[in-house]
Amino acid sequence: MFRSALRALKPKFATTQSRHASSLVFLEHKGGKLSDASLSAVTAAKSLGNDTHGLVIGSKSEVEGVLEQAKKINDLSKVYSAVSDSYSHVLTETVAPLLASITSSKDISHIFAAHTAAGKNVFPRLAGLLDKSLIADIIALEPSGDTFTRPIYAGNAILKVKSSPKDDVKIVTVRTTAFDKAATGSGSASVETIDTASTESPTKYVSEELTVSSRPDLASATRIVSGGRALKSKETFDRIMDPLADSLGAAVGASRAAVDAGYADNSLQVGQTGKVVAPELYVAVGISGAIQHLAGMKESKMIIAINKDPDAPIFQVADAGLVADLYEAVPELVKEIGKAKA
Amino acid sequence: MKPTLATLINILVPVKRSIDYAVKIRVASDGKSVDTNVKHSMNPFDEIAVEEAIRLKDKSGEHVDSITALSIGPAKAVDTIRTALAMGADTGIHIVTPENTVIEPLSVAHAIKAIVERSQGTDKKFDLIIMGKQAIDDDSGATGGMVAGMLRWGQGSFASKVVIEKGGKVQVTREIDGGLEAIESQLPFVVTTDLRLNEPRYASLPNIMKAKKKKIENLKPEDLGLDFTPRLETISISDPPKRQGGAKVENIQELVSKMKEAGVI
Repeated sequence: MFRSALRALKPKFATTQSRHASSLVFLEHKGGKLSDASLSAVTAAKSLGNDTHGLVIGSKSEVEGVLEQAKKINDLSKVYSAVSDSYSHVLTETVAPLLASITSSKDISHIFAAHTAAGKNVFPRLAGLLDKSLIADIIALEPSGDTFTRPIYAGNAILKVKSSPKDDVKIVTVRTTAFDKAATGSGSASVETIDTASTESPTKYVSEELTVSSRPDLASATRIVSGGRALKSKETFDRIMDPLADSLGAAVGASRAAVDAGYADNSLQVGQTGKVVAPELYVAVGISGAIQHLAGMKESKMIIAINKDPDAPIFQVADAGLVADLYEAVPELVKEIGKAKA
Repeated sequence: MKPTLATLINILVPVKRSIDYAVKIRVASDGKSVDTNVKHSMNPFDEIAVEEAIRLKDKSGEHVDSITALSIGPAKAVDTIRTALAMGADTGIHIVTPENTVIEPLSVAHAIKAIVERSQGTDKKFDLIIMGKQAIDDDSGATGGMVAGMLRWGQGSFASKVVIEKGGKVQVTREIDGGLEAIESQLPFVVTTDLRLNEPRYASLPNIMKAKKKKIENLKPEDLGLDFTPRLETISISDPPKRQGGAKVENIQELVSKMKEAGVI
């Protein structure tokens, strides 16, 4: 049954890839702005040396603004745009078939997205539709275009895999902290509009509820202060962590324990099952440093830990660790940072 | 035999036996695998999936008929199915593969699809799949979306709330970057579970005993016409670069001067 299904899906171009095949990057946007995460995916795509194209989808008004930004990405030679109100909220049931049809009609050898909530939602379905592997969350790739490196076991092992010619389209999501953002400003990509056949989706968008914050976005922040279980309550979490974040111009993150206990919002969770971050500075306050948390932050450039347990595993990765009661140490640290900056 | 009712839902819950989440894994000396001679348990996200299936059945017993736990893996994967049965699943299916075979998400997705297709036209037709959003060993997070794509079913990934109404209407709250999203769909449907969906129960001793009597069907990949030949060849598995940490400071002043040195303030 499965074999015959495979035969039916037999690729149009056989084992060797077309010489002119190009890479396509799914470009995300929010609030009229191209996402930084997608710019990292462009850098990964460009490293193959192929022609690199982008794709912008959304409602008419969304696409108009973002297309102008996408055209200026230095590394892109072409940007496809697909306009439909049904793309507005990136429902995988409508977007994955669109990507599948572009991939097969435009001679695409590699399709990339950032390993964000949207990329993680759409790309597995795309892989299912095309009957190809998904190579998720890569941190490196080789110019040959078939060899990829990705973390497994919460980042405790690094896997290098070679994709077989059977997967004649490589479907890849990119760990954004592992690739620099592509430069923008001097690009002049051409634009091609994709005709959109309406896909019947059983699923409809209803609403969204976003956590509003005046602080930098966690995933792209250059500084992060993160709190754990030791913060005891939402009130003390905010009372201790907010001034520290303000003093450093940092985003606030949290361990799973803090999130589960309701001290911080789910969207702030750093770790294997939350966000993976790699800021210049990561300050872990009252976080023991479980494997799952370390998976989300151990690529940070400088890690500072404040914990009263001298044996907490977080100290094994911290560049500077202070064994102290956070309730005394953090306010004092805020004061000292203020002095140092003055 | 219960009569076939269009409104009666049968839930399929794929579960994976993986290295226990608390184990610090070690790369094996061949440089191509990890040492698996350690404690294994059910993938944590799959426990949440089993729990959610049981809660849906408890809450809406009159329109949920059965819960089937499915696992694909070596002989020992049967323990994981037993765990699901002890939690409250009704029956199990085990697709048995030889020890140490690599089974990729794409293969698992094909297997789940084959099981779903085999159920069509029977009185145990699966119309809802609930599964973990990712396995904590491979960390791909691919299988749920692949299955939904192959079957052309609606899907709710990273679910933190699931409501199934009579008549097959599905409401899911999803965790997205920056907050939550609510979607609406209809059966047949695939849910992938996020951590916040529920708190899985522990199986009680009497239920563990009862689970031993529940039926597990054994299948071979060939029985379903499946070919698990990998499409991804493992070149190497290595340790991540080691971080030079462990430097403690005596006081806040020292901490601040280290931060200054690094140029972060």
